[in-house]
Amino acid sequence: MDLSYSDEEKAFRAEVRAFLEEKLPKEMSDKIRKGEELGKDGQEQWHAILNAQGWLAPNWPKKFGGAEWNAVQRHIFEEEAAAAYAPRIVPFGLSMLAPVLQKFGSQEQNDYWLPRLLAGEDWWCQGYSEPGAGSDLASLKTEAVLNDEGTHYIVNGQKTWTTLGQHANMIFCLVRTDKTVKQQEGISFLLIDMETPGVEVRPIILLDGTHEVNEVWFSDVKVPVENLVGKENEGWTYAKYLLTHERTNIAGVGFSQAGLTAVKRIARAEMSGGKPLMQNPHFAARVAQVEIDLMAMSTTNLRIVSKAAAGAAPGVESSMLKVKGTIIRQEINDLARRAAGAYAMPFASEAIEGSNLALPDPLNAGPVAAQYFNNRKLSIFGGSNEIQRQIIAKTTMGGGA
Amino acid sequence: MNFDLTEERQMLQDSLRRFLRDKYDTATRNKILESDTGFSGDIWNGLAELGVIGALFTEDQGGFGGAGFDIAVVFEELGRAGVVEPFLDTAILGGGLIADLGNEDQQAHVEELIGGALQVAFAHGEPTSRYDLNQVTSTAKVDGDNVVLNGRKAVVVNAENADMLIVSARESGEAGDENGISLFLVPADTKGITLQGYALLAGGRAAEVTLDDVTVPASARLGEAGKAFKAIEARVAAANVAICAETLGAMETATRLTREYLMTRKQFGKPIGTFQALAHRMSDLLIEMEQARSAVIVAAGNLEAEYKARETHISAAKNLLGRAGRLVAEDSIQMHGGIAMTQEYELAHIAKRIIMADHRFGDTDHHLERFIALAAA
Repeated sequence: MDLSYSDEEKAFRAEVRAFLEEKLPKEMSDKIRKGEELGKDGQEQWHAILNAQGWLAPNWPKKFGGAEWNAVQRHIFEEEAAAAYAPRIVPFGLSMLAPVLQKFGSQEQNDYWLPRLLAGEDWWCQGYSEPGAGSDLASLKTEAVLNDEGTHYIVNGQKTWTTLGQHANMIFCLVRTDKTVKQQEGISFLLIDMETPGVEVRPIILLDGTHEVNEVWFSDVKVPVENLVGKENEGWTYAKYLLTHERTNIAGVGFSQAGLTAVKRIARAEMSGGKPLMQNPHFAARVAQVEIDLMAMSTTNLRIVSKAAAGAAPGVESSMLKVKGTIIRQEINDLARRAAGAYAMPFASEAIEGSNLALPDPLNAGPVAAQYFNNRKLSIFGGSNEIQRQIIAKTTMGGGA
Repeated sequence: MNFDLTEERQMLQDSLRRFLRDKYDTATRNKILESDTGFSGDIWNGLAELGVIGALFTEDQGGFGGAGFDIAVVFEELGRAGVVEPFLDTAILGGGLIADLGNEDQQAHVEELIGGALQVAFAHGEPTSRYDLNQVTSTAKVDGDNVVLNGRKAVVVNAENADMLIVSARESGEAGDENGISLFLVPADTKGITLQGYALLAGGRAAEVTLDDVTVPASARLGEAGKAFKAIEARVAAANVAICAETLGAMETATRLTREYLMTRKQFGKPIGTFQALAHRMSDLLIEMEQARSAVIVAAGNLEAEYKARETHISAAKNLLGRAGRLVAEDSIQMHGGIAMTQEYELAHIAKRIIMADHRFGDTDHHLERFIALAAA
């Protein structure tokens, strides 16, 4: 047992830190720190900076142009990136679709889509969720029927909660290709060009006023058969593979650490009874409590990460990380809004959208309540925490639970 | 013991509930939320006509209620419907202070206010005061027959719609002293007042108010010079009864929507309410609802009691409502899943009302400490 990072890992951390100091644009990190949206251009700019460094696809094998970092390296990068308020790379194409293509896709699909991903030529979004399906993902209804010539699928149906779908030109979808078999057995994995006639994107405005997710409607959308990934009706296997990838980084240790720093910053400036709030024993105790939880969770995360780095596939541990990680992040969001006091009340969307209205308080604490509300999603999406607990129970106690 | 409402209060509750059910649906409210003023004049006048504002004042003050239970009945219904109109700021705080402290001339404003023609705002909190009522640094300097006000007031709810501001300022002492704080009735268009307005997350609007040599006649003072603190404390106690009752009403709506959703929404082939993990959480919400209702009843019933009993029960209620409210809001969203996160669904607004109530007049932590201090005193 050695609890410290190896010399190589320390050197890697120093390299990451130096890179972030040099290459992360200040206006970009300022925006992230204030909880403002980066927008499409900003995302693409950061994407290009990382690509130039060869770090855009940390999880890809070298042969596809990735950095092929192990899990510990990825963890170090994420921690440093969050601490430096670097943007989060939109994961749908690079960390979710790409592993599926690399494992199950054809040579042609890999040759075509992977270089485009690195070059930022496509913005991918994910078409999994449907109204009425939710965490019961396998009950999805969007239907794809192969035409008589066998050249195209005709897709009809509706997806929802499509994150940043308003920026995307491509969507990867789970579709039903056989209604006669058991739910999981009739699902296929399709890549759909969003410019195809019949695709319509409708915004969903969230409770904090942001436009982050969308509905995507398909009416008689023609999709070439070449866009089927793997075999027809085996999409569920690919989907499950993708979901383990989605859950690998869901502990969000870096975000929690950055969030905790923000809580302390606000609480040092906010006055209570004539003294800084951070000196209030009650508030300080609350902060300490979550900090202790986070310290342990960050080690739990590292234990799982180093196991994964040694080649073990993440199993039930990823569900555990998701539950604990989201609870901690949400608790930190709650502390941040409490720290801001009455200044948590202003509606921050004007600031988030980058208008000229400066929020009234000197700390710019305004967006903290909006973030608190927005991050209620953490325990809902990617398989709700209830579903994760069910998986943990099922895995450790067998079918029942 | 009798926990039933009096006949008059029962009638008030019924007519208010009916009015809001007919006139204040989600689509209407969402339009009001997006409007520039952040409130609806029609709803305001309709509710004033119904006697809602009058119910918040005593007969001596020109109303027909004014007790803790009157406030609780009105605000529970306003909360149930997620009403964003500024009754708390105009009637309980601003209007209440005029009624409690005002001379005959000043009292005339109360009548106008009960009729719905006058709106006011209470400009008290400051950028560094947080929830402490005695941390006033704005100054009032007597200059002959006039008083000159300087300072900055933070997150003044309803400031932009207000015809008059009730401004607190210090005539003597230092920040933290209870003595030396006075209140002034200042027409909103007085020279030297600057507003920087913004929308609030849970609906309505507020503003940062800057006072730059705002000159008013000495007759604008409400009550005795430097002696306003006790009245402010009493009015904030009433405001806390109001906001606790409002939160209770909102929590009832949140649990109703959640219960209905659990019974109708199907996953894995059956209603999700049949899953034990969710059923037990729903049960916990219902238990907390009963606790919250009890806390509101006790606080309302002690609003006219002596200082320590009043403040102890107020802090107990605000602490409990903050905790139970957070549980109800967060679990209601969680059990609904993504749909509850969308702005157009009723629960989104209701959940925001519940959570943001914690940010007015002291959050759960503030009132926990206050409860401890009162018990030790």
